Amino acid sequence: MFCGLIFLFLILPLFIVLPISLSSSKYLEFPPKGLSLQWYRNFFGTKEWVIATFNSIKVATMTSILASLLGIPAALTLSKQKFKGAQYIYSFFLLPMILPAIIVAIAVYFHFAKLKLLGNIYSLTLAHTILAIPIVLITVSASLQGFDQNLEYAAMNLGANRLKTFFKVIFPLIRPGVFSGALFAFITSFDEIVIAIFLSGYRAVTLPRHMWNSIREEIDPTIAAVSSILILTSVFLLLSIAMLKRRGERMRGQKLSEGTEM
Amino acid sequence: MAEKKWKETIFHGQVLYKYGLLFPIFLYLLFFFIYPLMKMFLTSVFDPSFTLKNYIRLYENPVYLEVILMTFRLSLLVTAISLFIGYPLAYFLSHIDHKISQILMIFVVLPFWTSILVRVYAWMVILGRNGIINSLLMKLGLISTPLNLLFNTFSVTVGMVHFLLPFMVFPLYSTMNGIDKNLVMAAYNLGASPFKAFFKVFLPLSLPGVGAGSLIVFILGIGFFITPSLLGGRGDIVISMLIENQVNVQFNWPFASAIAFVLLIFTLIIFNIANRFLGINRIWGGRF
Repeated sequence: MFCGLIFLFLILPLFIVLPISLSSSKYLEFPPKGLSLQWYRNFFGTKEWVIATFNSIKVATMTSILASLLGIPAALTLSKQKFKGAQYIYSFFLLPMILPAIIVAIAVYFHFAKLKLLGNIYSLTLAHTILAIPIVLITVSASLQGFDQNLEYAAMNLGANRLKTFFKVIFPLIRPGVFSGALFAFITSFDEIVIAIFLSGYRAVTLPRHMWNSIREEIDPTIAAVSSILILTSVFLLLSIAMLKRRGERMRGQKLSEGTEM
Repeated sequence: MAEKKWKETIFHGQVLYKYGLLFPIFLYLLFFFIYPLMKMFLTSVFDPSFTLKNYIRLYENPVYLEVILMTFRLSLLVTAISLFIGYPLAYFLSHIDHKISQILMIFVVLPFWTSILVRVYAWMVILGRNGIINSLLMKLGLISTPLNLLFNTFSVTVGMVHFLLPFMVFPLYSTMNGIDKNLVMAAYNLGASPFKAFFKVFLPLSLPGVGAGSLIVFILGIGFFITPSLLGGRGDIVISMLIENQVNVQFNWPFASAIAFVLLIFTLIIFNIANRFLGINRIWGGRF
């Protein structure tokens, strides 16, 4: 009973915006008297919203790629080596996740202001990558747990070089972890607001940044429409990640059972 | 001899392999993360020669001190509420069938991965003057004028608990899942009441999860920015908002840097305690 209420507390606010986004009235009302798609039309028909959406997609995609390129090799290295400093290095890489976003945001803002790098999607990507690196690192490290090191040695014994071993043996095994890490990095950047407040300026306004402006000015149900789209995006991405996770577990399970048979 | 040489090559290869792949990420964080933080610190103590005036100003002005205290109080309150409602939730999730709990976990994970702006907006809609709660209560005839539920400490607290509750539930749930339920059974068998079995056996075993969850919620709580800015009233100023104000309104970067650095130190101290006693994996466990 108590738990049911908490579940409602957690989930209800997300689903309350759906009916509001479909309201036919001019202002906020609940429950809506009539249904219409006017707020979605308003969203897709307003230049600022569309540009902001594309900016967010671009930044999130680039962030996801960059964070993966930096994070995957690090996760591979750290999971393999049991040297003493490994835990410290790992903690160091996770720091951006612990520190309040505002600290990272203003430090990077001052830095980029001096380099004249404000108000473009590339500097935003560079900053978002700082936050996405820990996410990739954790996800890929988790997928490496239970990874059988002998497979790697076997490949190298059979004459494969490191690169070939990586692409033919290691990567296929950790692929689900890599993809979910990339997706998590994508969501992290796509929803990021604090850094965007400082870095986006006028020319690199992202979706959360534009939402922030609109929420502060006036709350019209267009935000409900945007929110609904964002929630559905999260649902979709989380479902993909859940599927990837299951595939990863199945794959590792298979490998382990094959191992025991031998 | 041949064996020694073979070993040597492997060893040298290993060393390069060991550290080589860490270089790009290391350089990246050094240039885009550590260096800016260091510059920020230097900005706070050089103006243009060494000075501590920004820190002294922060310490001496009662207004700023009040903001810092307010931030800690708020974060403490949010941590307490999150623990109070997160503990039973995690207990429930760890005591039902694993398949069902996996499904129910969606209720915790989905909000976790939803934009904070969406969640803040939802609370504005729920708590506003013409919001859902007020219209419902007025329709039922329980109140005649709308209650002031939004833009005060209450709405900030609700919004923060809603955002931070998953951070409490994840470590609690993973800790409780690791507790051997037979121990509680054994306590029953030895004649303990359910009450006693819980307090003497289960609760002590779940304390690492309580510690991890509380510390992470507290750390994130003192750095919160979006929720207090959008849901708070005139008096609800937290450290992050003070920093933002100094950067964007007062244009006083050195002072903003000083406040940010103080916040950084607080965060690192608490995180260090958490990491030392509980281990980083427990804090982040079960989320991804």
